[in-house]
Amino acid sequence: MTNGMPFDDVRNLMKSNAPVGIVGYGAYIPRYRLPAAEVSRVWTNSLGGTPITEKAVAGLDEDVITMSIEAARNALARAQIDPTQIRAVWVGSESHPYAVKPTSTTVAESIGAVPNTQAADWEFACKAGTEALQAAMGFVGSGMAAYALSIGMDTAQGRPGDALEYTAASGGAAYLVGPEAESLAVFQGSYSYVTDTPDFWRRAEVRYPSHGDRFTGEPSYFKHVVTAAETLMHMMGTQPSDYTYVVLHQPNVKFPERAAKQLGFNAAQIKYGLLAGEIGNVYAGSCLLGLTATLDEAQPGDRILCVSYGSGAGSDAFDIRVTDAITERKDRATKTREYIARRTPIDYALYSRYRGNLATE
Amino acid sequence: MLQNTAIIGIGQTSVGEHWDLSLRQIAYQAMQAALDDAGLQSVDVVIVGNALGGVVSNQNHLGALVADFAGMRGIDGVRIEGADASGGLALHQGCLMVAGGLAQTVMVLGVEKVTDVVGSTRNTALATFLDNDYEAAQGATPAGMAALLMRRYMHEYGVQLADFANFSVNAHANGSKNPNAMFRNLIKADRFVSAPLVADPLNLFDIAPEADGAAAVILTSVERAADMVPQPIRILGSAVATDTLALHDRLDPLFLAAVQRSVTQACQQAAIAPHDVDLLELHDVATIITTLSLEASGFASRGEGWQIAVENQIGLTGQLPISTFGGLKSRGNPLGATGVYQAVEATLQLRGDAGDNQVEHAELAMTQNLGGLGSTAVTHVFGK
Repeated sequence: MTNGMPFDDVRNLMKSNAPVGIVGYGAYIPRYRLPAAEVSRVWTNSLGGTPITEKAVAGLDEDVITMSIEAARNALARAQIDPTQIRAVWVGSESHPYAVKPTSTTVAESIGAVPNTQAADWEFACKAGTEALQAAMGFVGSGMAAYALSIGMDTAQGRPGDALEYTAASGGAAYLVGPEAESLAVFQGSYSYVTDTPDFWRRAEVRYPSHGDRFTGEPSYFKHVVTAAETLMHMMGTQPSDYTYVVLHQPNVKFPERAAKQLGFNAAQIKYGLLAGEIGNVYAGSCLLGLTATLDEAQPGDRILCVSYGSGAGSDAFDIRVTDAITERKDRATKTREYIARRTPIDYALYSRYRGNLATE
Repeated sequence: MLQNTAIIGIGQTSVGEHWDLSLRQIAYQAMQAALDDAGLQSVDVVIVGNALGGVVSNQNHLGALVADFAGMRGIDGVRIEGADASGGLALHQGCLMVAGGLAQTVMVLGVEKVTDVVGSTRNTALATFLDNDYEAAQGATPAGMAALLMRRYMHEYGVQLADFANFSVNAHANGSKNPNAMFRNLIKADRFVSAPLVADPLNLFDIAPEADGAAAVILTSVERAADMVPQPIRILGSAVATDTLALHDRLDPLFLAAVQRSVTQACQQAAIAPHDVDLLELHDVATIITTLSLEASGFASRGEGWQIAVENQIGLTGQLPISTFGGLKSRGNPLGATGVYQAVEATLQLRGDAGDNQVEHAELAMTQNLGGLGSTAVTHVFGK
């Protein structure tokens, strides 16, 4: 029971009083790619298997701030609104450049949203972006804001020699939330499922995260993603077949494929939004990028189920309906597939330099 | 005498990753199940087989701990340790206590919690089964040392990787029917050779998964047992032998001398020959260990142990059923508890309660529980 109600009681459905949606969305993926075969070459003499093909890596002059700004600009290009009307700029990440000094303020100033704006950094591992999105739904839906910008973006820290080094990647997406009438996709409902589950963590003064290996599977990822999805569908009165697409958090390829199958979705539904094989796990940007890739292909009337997962742990689920406005707006900015196609492969040595893994003192 | 020991109660938890159970909680589940099975409220002694409690859970002193936690504060209790032979060793001690007349009822508990640690921490814990100064401290792991044996064996006898496959295929075929097994999937023989490597040539489909689990058996004298339960199962032989820890100290690393000694002694006690047994729960931590165990036990000649698998004699209806509930490979390897799981499974077979895993007309069973690379070997013979 939550709040005294059974957890699949429709009163637990998160829905704003005034209907809201996505007015603009924007992706960003850095160009560098580290082939998983390189990680395998260095650490296992190429004898070990690889969970993905390659992952995206931020360049020397990039960080969550710079990447968020480009994604935000793409979102604004699609939205075509006056940035001074944005009332909140929120960035969720587990690789904010500062522990104290918000990413959000630099992004807000760069896009012209300051000074009459709320800004804040969010953290909940890989779902730091989607919870900012839920907050934006409430901010706009309550009338406190005309528009709110929520971003999930990461330059994830991969411990050298760890299994997660194959997949810890850089990238993410920005969403400008506004009234339904201006939206290219509308939020029909949302739900969060959260427990205290210590599957993956990083202390503030420590460089690389730790994780519970197989514990990150069934009791963590699957329990939260599947429960959040099933509960939202129950409250919305829907079946998997009611959705054109499903986008799930993607730490690798196998987990979301398995979860989708377990929930009753088919390969065609997950196809556009499953990018992990080509760009890795972009952590707080993960399903938000899967969603931009899906919106890039979506048609008016399509319905999307999007479920994030953040270690610690929790899942945010969204039921989204695409409007007629998608047709014209999707082409106003760089598409996700174009960012994926823009690639410069690097080797493990350059990767180590770019990620600051080489100690020079 | 030793043959005076009977099993009057058994209990087990499923083998797997019990994220939500602590060492004492999982121990209690098996203990209570065994007490219920025997129709008892308590026992006089608890002997705990456990390998890594101190290393993984920061918890030694398990005899006193589980006795109290299971509601039997004050009884005689002790923890026995011999790496992954701890369970078999605990059973041996239990038999000695009954035979010595020091206790009326003895609970032998095997318990292990190992999955709470991962990666190199777990490997370091497992490496305590080896010779630390000359093997583990140099970077050796049990899997790595077994890999050396397998590589040498394949070279000496011209055996291919595929020739070992059926040990794992058989284990999973049986484990798929065991509701307590950790892995209940079937393995296809042609997938064995291409499985991901763990320590060349040992791969993921060869090496048994270490896991959490607890199993318990309750022992008493044969005379007392007759009045207590309808189907007491007798322990006819219980023998322990040791060998060097370090493989490089062995005269012949490809012969498990401790297995031969313990099998010979246990069979002498039971007045049987090895081939008289109807089923064999051996220590299939890796197919090479299975192979060498079969050879040292006398079931096959040197260099030919793998043929028993290839000829498919090891299924439930075969000439020598092995790993009848999945063995270490499929039921799982809860390290210090494994030897007691073997005893529980042998008991189920002889009671005729093995369900889909039943070996028909099982009258005699043998269990072999090894510590490290056969540095300890414990053989038990069970009968009706």
